[in-house]
Amino acid sequence: MSTSATSQPPAGSPQTGTPRRRSSVRGLIVTSILMTVVLMVGTGIIYPLVMTGLAQVLFHDHANGSLIKNARGQVVGSSLIGQNFTKPQYFHPRLSAAGKGYDATSSGGSNLGPTNKVLIKNTIAQANLIRKENNLPANYPLPADAVSTSASGLDPDISPAYADLQVPRVAKARGLSQATVLALVKKYTDGRTLGILGEPRVRVLQLNIALDNTKK
Amino acid sequence: MPSWLIGNAIAQWALYSVLLLLSARPVGGYMYRIFTGQRTLFHPVLRPVEVGIYRLTRVDEAEEMRWYTYLLAILAFSIVGLLITYGVERTQQWHGGFFNPQGLPNVTPVLAWNTAVSFTTNTNWQNYTGEATMSYLTQMFGLATHNWMSAATGIVAAVALVRGLARRTASGVGSFWVDVVRCTLYLLLPILFVFTLFLVWQGVPQDFSAYTVAHTLEGTTQTIAQVPVATQEAIKILGTNGGGIMNANSAHPFENPTPLSNFFEMLSIFLLGSGLVYMFGKWVGNTKQGWALWAAMFILFSVGFFTAAGFEQNGNHLIASQAHVQTLATSNQPGGNMEGKEVRFGIVDSAMWATITTDASCGAINAWHDSFMPLAGLVPLTNMATGEVIFGGVGAGLYGMLMYAILAVFIAGLMVGRTPEYLGKKVESFEIKMASIALLISPANILFFAALAIVGTWGTAAIFNPGPHGLSEVLYAFTSMNANNGSAFAGLGTGTPTLQPAFNFYNVTGGIAMLIGRFLFLTPLLAIGGSMARKKTVPANLGTFPTDGPTFSILLVAVIVIVAALTYFPAYSLGPIIEQFLLNAGKTF
Repeated sequence: MSTSATSQPPAGSPQTGTPRRRSSVRGLIVTSILMTVVLMVGTGIIYPLVMTGLAQVLFHDHANGSLIKNARGQVVGSSLIGQNFTKPQYFHPRLSAAGKGYDATSSGGSNLGPTNKVLIKNTIAQANLIRKENNLPANYPLPADAVSTSASGLDPDISPAYADLQVPRVAKARGLSQATVLALVKKYTDGRTLGILGEPRVRVLQLNIALDNTKK
Repeated sequence: MPSWLIGNAIAQWALYSVLLLLSARPVGGYMYRIFTGQRTLFHPVLRPVEVGIYRLTRVDEAEEMRWYTYLLAILAFSIVGLLITYGVERTQQWHGGFFNPQGLPNVTPVLAWNTAVSFTTNTNWQNYTGEATMSYLTQMFGLATHNWMSAATGIVAAVALVRGLARRTASGVGSFWVDVVRCTLYLLLPILFVFTLFLVWQGVPQDFSAYTVAHTLEGTTQTIAQVPVATQEAIKILGTNGGGIMNANSAHPFENPTPLSNFFEMLSIFLLGSGLVYMFGKWVGNTKQGWALWAAMFILFSVGFFTAAGFEQNGNHLIASQAHVQTLATSNQPGGNMEGKEVRFGIVDSAMWATITTDASCGAINAWHDSFMPLAGLVPLTNMATGEVIFGGVGAGLYGMLMYAILAVFIAGLMVGRTPEYLGKKVESFEIKMASIALLISPANILFFAALAIVGTWGTAAIFNPGPHGLSEVLYAFTSMNANNGSAFAGLGTGTPTLQPAFNFYNVTGGIAMLIGRFLFLTPLLAIGGSMARKKTVPANLGTFPTDGPTFSILLVAVIVIVAALTYFPAYSLGPIIEQFLLNAGKTF
């Protein structure tokens, strides 16, 4: 026990602690009701409205969901929300358990446990599909994110390794050189933040939009 | 040494730890100023608001409450909030077009009960899909407000206990009302103001407009749900509440869009819990008393993180061998077990978040714990079962840790054969009885309800993953609700109305488990505060066991580990532990 420090009253702290008056039960209930209502109005109505106003002024684009529009002004998606791609000329995203796949009103994961037969079966099926679509040999080691279901079901990213193995397929389907496609993949790859945080990743939707805007 | 150890895991852990350490003193010192009624930076703006609230709510600012009055005020405040929320949920059909544009029906009684309890107790266990069940008025007014109020309640309960420990021959432990108002205005509001805007800057939406229909590149449509996420996200994290606005919680790109938002959300979960520990040391007049607890918490956090990260990076050998999937991390893919994880977070950030969210009573998730490897999933389970004392839920972490501290000095006292002392006061039979009651409530609550669930179809019908993993799901559910955490092995279909008996069973028993875990745990600890406040200090002598050094930190860690291991080991050996052995042997279900 550090001796003198504990026996001295800390400066400035009220050490008296003598009850001034007994609060009545009725007073307690009245104050409970009033306090709850005051705090609910303050934190549940006034505060969110003020913050919405500030956010809309300061970060208008982000506050509204980071939406991406095409040349005609039509919303094609959000830069933060993944969407499904199955055609060979597009980079494919991860497996999704959100609704019927990439349903942005019904986010969620598979919740399959590590010893669940369904998990192993689904993973093997996805691995076989990727190998077939991309003409990969049966022993080609696949990146872990390519065969697994994301947490949100709306993961906008894939790993650079998963993008790389799709480059030949996408290039062939579009009649572009692999170098052109690879350069675009590089352009839409983010490294770790500050070199430490998170994981390297490729933004699938922006990459596919860029591909659509690339002339042969 | 495995490659992940030398790589990114250590770097992220180190950066996180340094920032947490640096934040403890300013945050804790500031809390000390607030709760001792000193002037703060925000007084020119907020002091008139504070005085106005006292006038409106008929609070006498100078009142001093005895511990049981303080407890009664906590209970009254919580019950009123609970009833209002229940009422709001049960009257949804009359909320009108502005507050209920979808015309959602009234929430059913069992679900309304479970949800009202869940938010009042800082648990935020969610047995519903928000957008399909709750009207805007229910979300904003009935649920989101509890994030503030339950956080403030937890913090001030810890403050009252600390006052009790610090004061001598005093009968009062402060005024609950004054503490709650000061906590809300001077502590939560300024931090949330900055944090909310930071999140919007990172991409978290904050608007009230209707959902946007996007026309996708492949010619279909995608409806993008935008809600005022940022304000709720910030308090949900800082107040260790954890209730998601979106079903995927903080794994959803709108709740947690970038590695940077993820990092600061993780930091915010521990921020106030860590600050409170420093505040405790300062208040009892010896900051080393606080640092000794801080060190014990930090050791347990680090062990948990590296355990979870190790097993997750190791991945699932069945998938690796049968589907030829990489498990080692390389420079261009994360490896490991990526089921139920996001690419931007990978293995390290997901394992770290899972550890932090259950060290504290947060319960927000950025990866699905149900899909974790068995022994990685054991980390969050154990964190919650030990009472979330590793920095912990705001307030609850500190008062839980002080319970272990009192047990630790008691055990040390038994070893040297002297009356135990803590903070210069004799720890006597009343305190030990109260600490023992608090200690026994959690296992009784968890194991009773989990046992009840697995003896009949009312409980087992909701199980999603077969085999030992199913038992883990049930254990996790009641551990989470008892500890007021709110995270889940979410395969467990407790919220599926079609499973009628299971739906009723989990909603009703879960509500009871959450109330017990919150208020029956708190009561003996406030009693200790009241009893310690009355005592005189005795001068330290040669026989006094020092509680402000590394020996005490290590003893504390040992007490926590031994108590938790002895209590829960039999149940865990039938769940996650045997599942890992079976997985190693290649068995699936």
